[in-house]
Amino acid sequence: MDKIKSLADLKKKRDELKASISLREDGDNAEQIVQIKVAMSTCGIASGAKPVMDALIESCSSLNIRAVVTQTGCMGYCYAEPTVEITKPGHEPIVFGYVTVEKAKNLVEKYIVNNEILEGVIPQSYQSIDNEI
Amino acid sequence: MANYKYHILICGGTGCRASKSEDISENFKRILVEKGLDKEVQVVETGCFGFCEKGPIVKMLPDNTFYVQVTSDNCEEIINEHIVKGRKVKHLLYIDPDNKHEVSDSKHMNFYKKQLRIALRNCGFIDPENIDEYIAREGYAALASVLEQNDPAAAIDTIKKSGLRGRGGGGFPTGLKWEIASKNHADQKYMICNADEGDPGAFMDRSILEGDPHSVIEAMTIGGFCIGATKGLVYIRAEYPLAIKRLEIAINQAREYGLLGKNILDSGFDFDLELRYGAGAFVCGEETALIHSMEGLRGEPTFKPPFPAQEGYLKKPSNVNNVETFANIPVIFNKGWEWFSSIGTEKSKGTKVFALAGQINNVGLIEVPMGITLREVIFEIGGGIKNDKKFKAVQTGGPSGGCLTESFLDTPIDYDNLLAAGSMMGSGGMIVMDETSCMPAVARFYLDFTVEESCGKCTPCRVGNKRLCEILDKIIGGKGTMEDLEILKNLSQVIKDTALCGLGQTSPNPILSTIDHFWDEYIAHVSEKRCPAGQCKAMKRYIILSDTCIGCTACARACPVGAISGERKSAHTINQDLCIKCGSCYDKCKFNAISIN
Ligand SMILES: Cc1cc2nc3c(=O)[nH]c(=O)nc-3n(C[C@H](O)[C@H](O)[C@H](O)COP(=O)(O)O)c2cc1C
Ligand code: SF4
Repeated sequence: MDKIKSLADLKKKRDELKASISLREDGDNAEQIVQIKVAMSTCGIASGAKPVMDALIESCSSLNIRAVVTQTGCMGYCYAEPTVEITKPGHEPIVFGYVTVEKAKNLVEKYIVNNEILEGVIPQSYQSIDNEI
Repeated sequence: MANYKYHILICGGTGCRASKSEDISENFKRILVEKGLDKEVQVVETGCFGFCEKGPIVKMLPDNTFYVQVTSDNCEEIINEHIVKGRKVKHLLYIDPDNKHEVSDSKHMNFYKKQLRIALRNCGFIDPENIDEYIAREGYAALASVLEQNDPAAAIDTIKKSGLRGRGGGGFPTGLKWEIASKNHADQKYMICNADEGDPGAFMDRSILEGDPHSVIEAMTIGGFCIGATKGLVYIRAEYPLAIKRLEIAINQAREYGLLGKNILDSGFDFDLELRYGAGAFVCGEETALIHSMEGLRGEPTFKPPFPAQEGYLKKPSNVNNVETFANIPVIFNKGWEWFSSIGTEKSKGTKVFALAGQINNVGLIEVPMGITLREVIFEIGGGIKNDKKFKAVQTGGPSGGCLTESFLDTPIDYDNLLAAGSMMGSGGMIVMDETSCMPAVARFYLDFTVEESCGKCTPCRVGNKRLCEILDKIIGGKGTMEDLEILKNLSQVIKDTALCGLGQTSPNPILSTIDHFWDEYIAHVSEKRCPAGQCKAMKRYIILSDTCIGCTACARACPVGAISGERKSAHTINQDLCIKCGSCYDKCKFNAISIN
């Protein structure tokens, strides 16, 4: 193993290693960062939710956006799967339907970064149980 | 590097391991491989989460879900539901005892709400056997910047200004201690870590070493640089095998990275660590006894001065600090002394780790800011007294400390307030007692411990404590007199004034503080031969209620000493002179005809 030779060396190493635990740090501070939930029930997975989730994680990390990406059960919008719920700090959650890998990237670049509302917003009519507990 | 989407953190502290948490991680790993999910989900064994009452604990990230009392049978369900389907496994969530709702995020649990984790910052968060995770959490950054600045006096000044005081019991200002050691010149000095942790019921030092060993290594290296020591020694009890193992792994990893050994971080500073094992004697936690034990001599204290800073290990200037004290050091450099000194009370800065135990709902390890009240600790974090009983007292400071009563519940906890209240901070044991505890018996329990653990070197402690114990036995046995109470008080004072080391000087504290706060109870034992808590066997009287007794003779047949007599089908009586209060008759009677007074 290479020895660490200076403060600068150590900082470089720390920055390289940060990603390995950033998921835990972010989970600990979830209220202050972007939360993304991908519906991954049978209907979601069948319509391609898994690659969508991968794309969301990928785009966030390539743009250095701190986000918690998790999956949830069926949100009840089976007609519009895959669906993705995005909660930016200080904003109400918004659910987007018919998300493809391409659209996932757009969501990150346009909605999360620039606050542009894209097509396919599904009006929310209930409080999810995750918000209660 | 693999990009995991989920992390499963499993408590790998001694407490949860005793409930088979190792099997849980093995099972998780096996199932993940079977399902082809091992590239997406990382399984990490961490240090203690503190909520030992509800262990084994499993934490899911990134959604911060906290599962309690998990067994290895639950692994499959957690993976299927939580990971694959994204649904929480409800029956493994913590239930809020107040409103009976499930709580999934630990931040919303009363147990964690008022905690502030500085010394325990990495416990339950990183893999203690992986130096990279420590580095990712700013690990060794404090050491690197201290070495880069290359100004030991300035570093000592930072610690002084932070207001950090020793967490091993005495509360001596750490910066001042380092300054004194730095000014004594010698060809060799030593930085020593006291990991003896002898207080019954205390396990904070063990948890830090098991959960975050690098923080202690980093701090000892900083301390070595500050006082001019090139050698560090950790005195750790051999009963802590897991802590020893993780410390050894950590030392080796630090050496490989060049963070221990020669020319650390190319600064020209050399420092290395060695472990020394103790056999688990309470007195060996006292710093002079600890040093003698490391030298291969009997673990007996010697008179101070000379202090270790003048003449310590092998007669060289040495600095002894406690594990938890060390664990605070890197954070003070990383976040600044201003930040640290903004936490706590005027004279006690930062936080303190306590081991909550006794008749309390949430037994576990907690870290709270100084200045929090006992009420907040016991009733909010601790969840109140078990079985809805009434709070009676809380014992802090272990065998050197004392009991505090209800009237102290709103006193802010810090070194000085606890001393003024007749107890002490100690290393952080906190034992909560309910109304069924008999205070003379509690004092007897601690005295028994000191008598066992006294090294026997000086007479006041060796003989005096034995006599105190005998007098307490007499009182508890229903044979005490008012004169005994006077002797108890006087002898306690004499031992305090004349014993050689801290063990003897503080051993009468449990007696003095219970006499102070529960004098009535002592009087009841002595003059009325009555134990108000109903605990002391000798004072129990078993009486047969003649109206209820039907004369079935079951009790008479059960009594081992033939103390019960009476005709068949008529009420029986107990001969109090013969009765040995074993309770056999009480257990046997089907008609509730026997009462205990
Ligand atoms: C009988 C006795 C037992 C002690 N046991 C411990 C112990 O287990 N751990 C500890 O750190 N300090 C213990 N101490 C206190 C040490 O002597 C010493 O003050 C302490 O390690 C200094 O570190 P600190 O300034 O960081 O608290 C004990 C003291 C006495 C008198
Ligand atoms: S006070 Fe007790 S433990 Fe301390 S030196 Fe005397 S006999 Fe030994």
